[in-house]
Amino acid sequence: MSQESGVRSQESEIRNPKSEIRNPKSEIRNPKSAKHSIIGASPHRIEGRAKVTGAATYVDDLQFGPNLLCGALKRSPIPHGIIKSIDVSRARALPGVRVVVTGQDFPGFTGLYLKDRRIFALDRVRFVGEPVAAVAADSPEIAAQALELIDVDYEPLPGVFDPEFGASPEAPLVHPDLGQYECVPFIFPQPGTNISNWFKVRKGDMAQGWAEADLVYEHRYRVPHVQHVPLETHVCVAQQDVNGKITLWSSSQSPFAQRNLIAQALHINHSKLRVITPYVGGGFGSKAGVSMEGAAVGLAMHAKGRPVKLRMTREEEFYTTFVRQGLVAHVKMGMTQDGRITAMENRFYWDGGASTEYGVNITRAAGYSGTGPYFVPNIHVDSYCVYTNHPIGGPMRGFGMAEMHFGIEQHIDQMAHQLGLDPVQVRLKNCLKEGDETLTGMIMHPTGLSECIRKAAEAICWDEPQTLPSGPHKTRGKGLACMWKAPAMPPNPGSSATIRLSEDGAATVSIGGVDLGQGALTVMAQLAAEGLGIKIEDVRVNTVDTDYSPYEWQTVASRLTWSMGNAVLMAADDARTKILRTVADAWGEDIDDLDIIEGQVVSYKTEEAIPLRDMVIYGLQRPDGTWTGGPVVGEGRFMPEYVTPLDPETGQGPRAVVHFTTGAQAVEVEVDTETGELQVLKIASAFDVGHAINPEMVKAQMEGGAVQGMSTALLEQLILDQGIPRNPNFTDYRIATAVDAPLATENIIVEVPQDDGPFGARGVGEHPMVPTAPAIANAVYHAVGMRLDSMPITSQKVWEGLAKHTS
Amino acid sequence: MNHTIHFKVNGERYDLSVPGHHTLLQVLREQLVLTGTKNGCEAGECGACAVLMNGEPVNSCMVLAAEADGAEIVTIEGLAHDSQLDPLQDAFIEAGAIQCGFCTPGVLVNARALLNRNSDPSEPEIREALVGNLCRCTGYIRIIEAVKMAARAGKEVAG
Repeated sequence: MSQESGVRSQESEIRNPKSEIRNPKSEIRNPKSAKHSIIGASPHRIEGRAKVTGAATYVDDLQFGPNLLCGALKRSPIPHGIIKSIDVSRARALPGVRVVVTGQDFPGFTGLYLKDRRIFALDRVRFVGEPVAAVAADSPEIAAQALELIDVDYEPLPGVFDPEFGASPEAPLVHPDLGQYECVPFIFPQPGTNISNWFKVRKGDMAQGWAEADLVYEHRYRVPHVQHVPLETHVCVAQQDVNGKITLWSSSQSPFAQRNLIAQALHINHSKLRVITPYVGGGFGSKAGVSMEGAAVGLAMHAKGRPVKLRMTREEEFYTTFVRQGLVAHVKMGMTQDGRITAMENRFYWDGGASTEYGVNITRAAGYSGTGPYFVPNIHVDSYCVYTNHPIGGPMRGFGMAEMHFGIEQHIDQMAHQLGLDPVQVRLKNCLKEGDETLTGMIMHPTGLSECIRKAAEAICWDEPQTLPSGPHKTRGKGLACMWKAPAMPPNPGSSATIRLSEDGAATVSIGGVDLGQGALTVMAQLAAEGLGIKIEDVRVNTVDTDYSPYEWQTVASRLTWSMGNAVLMAADDARTKILRTVADAWGEDIDDLDIIEGQVVSYKTEEAIPLRDMVIYGLQRPDGTWTGGPVVGEGRFMPEYVTPLDPETGQGPRAVVHFTTGAQAVEVEVDTETGELQVLKIASAFDVGHAINPEMVKAQMEGGAVQGMSTALLEQLILDQGIPRNPNFTDYRIATAVDAPLATENIIVEVPQDDGPFGARGVGEHPMVPTAPAIANAVYHAVGMRLDSMPITSQKVWEGLAKHTS
Repeated sequence: MNHTIHFKVNGERYDLSVPGHHTLLQVLREQLVLTGTKNGCEAGECGACAVLMNGEPVNSCMVLAAEADGAEIVTIEGLAHDSQLDPLQDAFIEAGAIQCGFCTPGVLVNARALLNRNSDPSEPEIREALVGNLCRCTGYIRIIEAVKMAARAGKEVAG
């Protein structure tokens, strides 16, 4: 093997010595060191009772009294054009209208990675639905009337509605000022084009890779825009007090990022903005960063102290906050007769939409993950983020991985079939193992990917003959796909936590991360209980208020269990140490002889014990009558310190990401060959979660993710016709219902510990929807011998394909 | 124009003046501050606003408040009795059938209506009964399991 071809692990070929010293500073919590067994148990969700009784409070449930103003946004009806004039005088004159604002009032730029977005369009509109003005009125009826009275004069411009065309020199420019936008150092805009990020991987020798291959196959795959569809639409309330301080109640995954980005955009100090997030009714990425919240804050700044609510209608939710980016993927792969991948050349054209402030990082993630979870010696990847006049692409569960794996996982399947090889064996042969070099030159950490593939395959009886179909004209098939995904984020996203003890010996955990359904509150309660030595019933976890909660970057990237979990565990350790020091001091003992068990400090030496409630606030009296200790507050923080930059020309660097969660899904489908209808019989999921803190919640993530993946695979597409959304409602944009859900699921936990995760844990929230669509596509191929290279795989497409096949 | 309506909500009598264009959902949430009933689409398509009206499940966003005159309404807040949860509520916690919780009230109300008319539903009957309740988090499997659990618990109590 040539020097350039990268390092293969011992299991495959060569062991890399570097893998031993990957992360010397990490503090490893041995999974076996869990003392009191709440780790790995599955306590019920701590907010379960509130959620089944209707008592759980979401933003729209908060009461602001009759003073509350109703906000509404005037939106562009055209996909691309110059704003020649805006006349708001008639709207302002309408009785009951209290505030009208436009882009002139807030000209600043905003954005998470690339500042290419304004709260309101200023001189140009770039997608249908872009806000150009906002009103706040006494009632929703008056607000709606006021929007009608705002006159906007547009000069339409030619639009960009396809990312490949958008990347070409012929395309009109969506952002002529791209070169002047501020951006983070790991994003590479191409001024004078529509390409707002170009991530490249260049590794090995492509000519050699193709020469070694016995089969070279190239194909193009398409993934349309889809919407996250949280059941709770985006909603927020903003209010300014007499000191000028603004409070924003927001249904958000990112209270701290909202504070940061909105403060910057409006040129106010961070301490003048407070973001409160109660329960959140689903997010799936759409409520990360900022989308419509800046408009509410802008209105509140002119509302003379009255609170202003902005709530998206279901139609607005479909295309004005975030959508998942569309993708056109060119995949080219070389394989030897015995199934070894020799080379990959992949080009991804991402339909980023009218702003790519967040989306640029999705395209980066697709770049550094661009081979899928395989060892490939010769690699050429280009991932282009392309501006179009489509809705704004943002983060969605999977962050580019579901889209990218749709092509790669079908491609590898197709080549295996062409070579007469078993697709599962081909995956096992090529999948990344510990010590392998990834496409960016990072050494793969211990991973259970092979085990995931084997277990998922086993769960659908991969090696056994197909079960009999349920009727005539029906045929069954099995398919498997695997995946990897790293938390995609800046190199230094921080988490912090505090734990306070109260007079009753109970603990209050404060965090800045959000439970949007994934179970973060419960998992943090488990970690705090374990770290402190108290019962989970005695732990409370607060929802977020940026004035009182410690900092958290964002609830994204499946990072909370890992990152915030570390912070909570450190806070628990800190509180525990303070408690033990106090007792050691009062009792004249060594701290090492003391422990906390079920809420009592016990001495292994004297067998004395004292309940926490007797000492965590007032401290303890020493034998001489003086006092020691005081109110116990523990604090913890975590930030990865080892991620390195990558070379902009080759994408190479020692450590691209913190870690990869890997996994596989295997599905069995039944196709009705007369109607094209498709029934998913079973989805088996296996993911390497490092260590499952709450196994039932891990399985619930796998199951929910698989069905969301299935829904996007079979049903979902936001139809954009020259930029105009044609199906922004639940009748025309169907998502899976109870009737569509698979007949069976199996959720398999694989545990290869993460060296710097709490008790070895790593995240799994997003991953389960990544391999579902290609696994279903592979099963359809197995059933009827037909490749469907574009999502969604509708019964119409299957029927048309079969009709063509047989004619 | 306002209408005066007299109705019972969760066993309590109310006499309210409601705008003619306001829906039952708006009146429950805004006038009575029974915010457990959720607004997910205002088009009768997602089921988050389901309540029982004279024992039948309805999407309260599709019912004008004036139409509820004389009706008996049960919302999610009326499912538990005193602090005793409905067996469905217990089962949803037990089975892990909740994630974000936003669809949960509507699902529970609809599931209660199902068990009221059929104490021992088959799995296809459960799926069919819940087809109007969209859930984006759970994938439905645990919801279906919870309804089965509650039906079993109901049978044990009855038997």
